[in-house]
Amino acid sequence: MHMINTSEILETLQMIDHQKLDVRTITMGISLFSCVTDDERKLCDNIYDLITRRAERLVQVGRDIEREIGVPIVNKRISVTPAALVTGAIHDPVKVARAMDRAAKATGVDFIGGYSALVQKAMTEADRRLIESIPEALATTDLVCSSVNVGSTRAGINMDAVRLMGDVVKRTAEATADNGGLGCAKLVVFCNAVEDNPFMAGAFHGPGEGDCAVSVGVSGPGVVKVALEGVKDAPFDEVAETIKRTAFHITRVGQLVAREASRRLEVPFGIVDLSLAPTPAVGDSVAAILEEMGLEICGAHGTTAALALLNDAVKKGGVMASSHVGGLSGAFIPVSEDIGMIQAAQKGALSLEKLEAMTCVCSVGLDMIAVPGDTPAETVAAIIADEAAIGMVNNKTTAVRLIPAPGKKVGDNVEFGGLLGHAPVIPVREYSAAAFIHRGGRIPAPLHSLRN
Amino acid sequence: MNENKKAVISVLGTDKKGIIAQVSRILYENDANILDISQTIVSGLFSMILIADISSEACSFDTLKTELDALGERIGVQIRMQRSEIFEAMHQI
Repeated sequence: MHMINTSEILETLQMIDHQKLDVRTITMGISLFSCVTDDERKLCDNIYDLITRRAERLVQVGRDIEREIGVPIVNKRISVTPAALVTGAIHDPVKVARAMDRAAKATGVDFIGGYSALVQKAMTEADRRLIESIPEALATTDLVCSSVNVGSTRAGINMDAVRLMGDVVKRTAEATADNGGLGCAKLVVFCNAVEDNPFMAGAFHGPGEGDCAVSVGVSGPGVVKVALEGVKDAPFDEVAETIKRTAFHITRVGQLVAREASRRLEVPFGIVDLSLAPTPAVGDSVAAILEEMGLEICGAHGTTAALALLNDAVKKGGVMASSHVGGLSGAFIPVSEDIGMIQAAQKGALSLEKLEAMTCVCSVGLDMIAVPGDTPAETVAAIIADEAAIGMVNNKTTAVRLIPAPGKKVGDNVEFGGLLGHAPVIPVREYSAAAFIHRGGRIPAPLHSLRN
Repeated sequence: MNENKKAVISVLGTDKKGIIAQVSRILYENDANILDISQTIVSGLFSMILIADISSEACSFDTLKTELDALGERIGVQIRMQRSEIFEAMHQI
């Protein structure tokens, strides 16, 4: 067998020490279907017991792997079956959110996702109850994350749900106003949500999944940025090749961690999500990669093209490095979690409109963006509708995680802390979409031939 | 736990007497066998990479790592021990 050589070892150590190579998360997906009962108390007990039993060793195993391979594993998380699917026979789904929160705390994980509903076509009574309860659920728990899928390429966009989510986002911000509207950082509105995403806040364990699985989300924008420093002024072919090679290395780490976690936890391996996930730390920025390609600042004309290349090359490089790639897999552009994006937004180089354009070619969507606290619910809903339309037509996942920060105006700053970072409040269009949003109904699924 | 059997130990810091001696003594005491060493000093900065076989029953990854961490702390150099799999995964197809 090939003996690893010194330069390869040094390259890896450099990536860990100076380029912030890490594994963002090991996420254990747990199906809650076996918990279902019409006794509210029993349902909560069943959920708590199941989660704490399955994930009992998750945090310890994550720490062991981290210590042995020497690569930081930043978060350990749990995702569960969308709660609306198991709360149909009870009255108060918030009790389930609290049971999830208690279970997450007992296992020591960083987040638990799956206070979710899939309503791309229509809502059941249980879906509606759950969605209505999201502000209370997020305001009275610490680790619970929530997501709602309001559209898909096959079903179209459920505009009743979009309208409702405009209200829910606003109410969540108000319910968590003491923390700058932090609840909204734990709430994602999707189009074409995926069932095996390990990243928060949008992680849930889809109904097509098995009883339990572990998935891994990698990270590493700093590693890509540094690799590109080595191909200054080179044509894009070389840029793409360099990103592919780097993504391969990063994804191999994710694959190793996923395989080890799966073996030690005796739980099937789900997927590796090969997303480039930034953090607010210097040197861990997706914006910096785009700027390294030759843009003065993220948001300059050319940013969408740069991001398209990056997103595609990451997938091409990563896909061969893992036996199962899934989740969101691409480049994330969460504004508050990326120091380069924060700076670009502060300077006005990065607007909501430019971000929307960028979401056409990358993973996810309008992510962690603070907007003025007095933004009307209809405007929030209209932003969600626009983003869902991009996902629906382009057959990709899109999402909206907006924070209408209570009491804040354009130019103010909202602090979330930790991985969630901080965000400058950026302007939204002031023109009303109220009449449009109040129509309700469903935008029909798009035609997928005669494409132009 | 030792089925992989190899660890990569990297040492980085200001050069001083006895770094190699002390690291290898700990390895010897823990029944680990040194397979490869490469060591350089660039402008006073000591850097060593050592690959060791840790497959012996008497060798515990955790004990060895704890002792090496403590040594690094004591003599003021960074000593890191990682399973070789991380490097193999990243650099081999």
